[in-house]
Amino acid sequence: MTPAWAQLGYLIAAVCFIVALKGLSSPKHARRGNLIGAAGALLACVIVFLVSDIQHLLPILAAIAAGTAIGVVGAYRVHMTQMPQMVALFNGVGGGAAAIVAIIELTEMQRGTAPVFDLIATAFTILVGSVSFAGSIVTFLKLQELMTTRPVVFAGYQILYGFGLLTALGFSVGLVLMPILLFAVLLAVVGVALGVLLVLPVGGADVPIVISLLNAFTGLTVAASGYLLQNILLLIAGTLVGSAGTLLTRLMASAMGRSVINILFGALKGGSTLGATTVSDRPVKSASPADVAILLGYAQRVIIVPGYGLAVAQAQHALRQLVDLLEERGVEVDYAIHPVAGRMPGHMNVLLAEAQVPYEQLKEMDEIDPEFKQADVALVVGANDVVNPAAETTPGAPIYGMPILHANQARQVVFMKRSMRPGFAGIENELLYQPTTTLLFGDAKDTMSKLLAELKALTV
Amino acid sequence: MRSLRQCVSLMLERFFVNTDPIIWLTIFVLAIFVGIEVISKVSSTLHTPLMSGANAIHGVILVGAVLVAGSAKSTPILVLGLVAVILASINMVGGFVVTDRMLVMFSRPKRALEKSGRRELEQ
Repeated sequence: MTPAWAQLGYLIAAVCFIVALKGLSSPKHARRGNLIGAAGALLACVIVFLVSDIQHLLPILAAIAAGTAIGVVGAYRVHMTQMPQMVALFNGVGGGAAAIVAIIELTEMQRGTAPVFDLIATAFTILVGSVSFAGSIVTFLKLQELMTTRPVVFAGYQILYGFGLLTALGFSVGLVLMPILLFAVLLAVVGVALGVLLVLPVGGADVPIVISLLNAFTGLTVAASGYLLQNILLLIAGTLVGSAGTLLTRLMASAMGRSVINILFGALKGGSTLGATTVSDRPVKSASPADVAILLGYAQRVIIVPGYGLAVAQAQHALRQLVDLLEERGVEVDYAIHPVAGRMPGHMNVLLAEAQVPYEQLKEMDEIDPEFKQADVALVVGANDVVNPAAETTPGAPIYGMPILHANQARQVVFMKRSMRPGFAGIENELLYQPTTTLLFGDAKDTMSKLLAELKALTV
Repeated sequence: MRSLRQCVSLMLERFFVNTDPIIWLTIFVLAIFVGIEVISKVSSTLHTPLMSGANAIHGVILVGAVLVAGSAKSTPILVLGLVAVILASINMVGGFVVTDRMLVMFSRPKRALEKSGRRELEQ
């Protein structure tokens, strides 16, 4: 039985986690909140070594050291642009760890004496843990563009998925009736298959929502293993993440004007394939950096719509220089930040903060959107889907219903694009063919420095 | 004094170590509401760090992984347990570090702002 002081320590750790989540939801206390959470986790780890009779101390400490080293190196090496897939990987390994813990617990249980509810919790942890593990790996592959970012659907998908669910249910019942290792392993295998199937039909732009959902899943498995191990802290921490993660998933989805069900299974209705695959050869108007420099230099009001392409090209620093130069000329410049600019909500803020763009120049969508009508130039850099009018005009488009920035209402629209390739959601953008739209082709960083040079020449 | 300590520890043990599933269910349900309540007012700017921070918190499964690895009775089980320990520590440590890296950037513009303000004053 765990002594009272250790239980108190776990309680303190649990409070740390609550304070951490609270802090993370306000910009002022976010960093402190995260550190408090880390302190709570550290406290919990120290307690478990002091209070429990831990055998194999040396190998365990070595394993922790190895995991810590991998985690720290990964966390420092990752580029800010790749943040979503890093979170997905961290989440996946957590789910995998929970599944393994449950499998080991099962081997400790004596056949016939284990309470039914314990066995149900074991089956749940193994199944959902492996779903989270495999699903996270697939989201990583999608975001890293190691596989297609388009929804993958095939004939008989529904039947296969239904079959998978039934099999999972069958093995779970089997596990409860006969707690043997074979059922646990089979359940884990089915879980992996279900995880892959869950993420395949999700389009690239929606994948971050799925990461958040899988994050909540992992939280619930941790809660269930807390019950299994009779550890109250795991129950509380896991449940907190499970419920907060579920709410966060819904908040993210509503920022995109979508429902979670629609994101997960929308592609199965066949909607997402609309107008996607062909790149049309309709004429577009393109210009040289010199033309655009003149356009920008003599404007009064410019609104910049940054997107993921900006960050991939690492052009955010050059963009900031351009904005500084324009402001010296008396041009009023703002950044319009779409809630899902980048790869997930809030991602663009992180990327621009990295380039030290002053926080007050970043305008949220609701604030800036009405101002496009007064803007002389809307400069769209590496963004596409967030200004695509199809979200309002084409029912059935994968982004239909997502609130967009009305860059099309500006007097002139300048698109900095690498090619005519459609955006991450894989649909064509009508805005490119609008008469007021000018295209500036090329790598964002390269074009940006040319633009900068032209603008300097203009100023002299 | 001693009797007070005994009393408190008895109370805590009664409350926390009760294996009655109803107690666990109660804590589970209450924690659901706490989880929803604490993040209900988050702005979309912070969605990414919040997801990452919550992700780090469930890395506390490390405690569970250490428990099962520490009571392993055979080598295969120990190896499996150690794998769980490695995975869980990646989740926990990596999660907190990466969240901190993101949040440092959020606080940086403020300092840059102060600097530019000072520069203006000097001019």
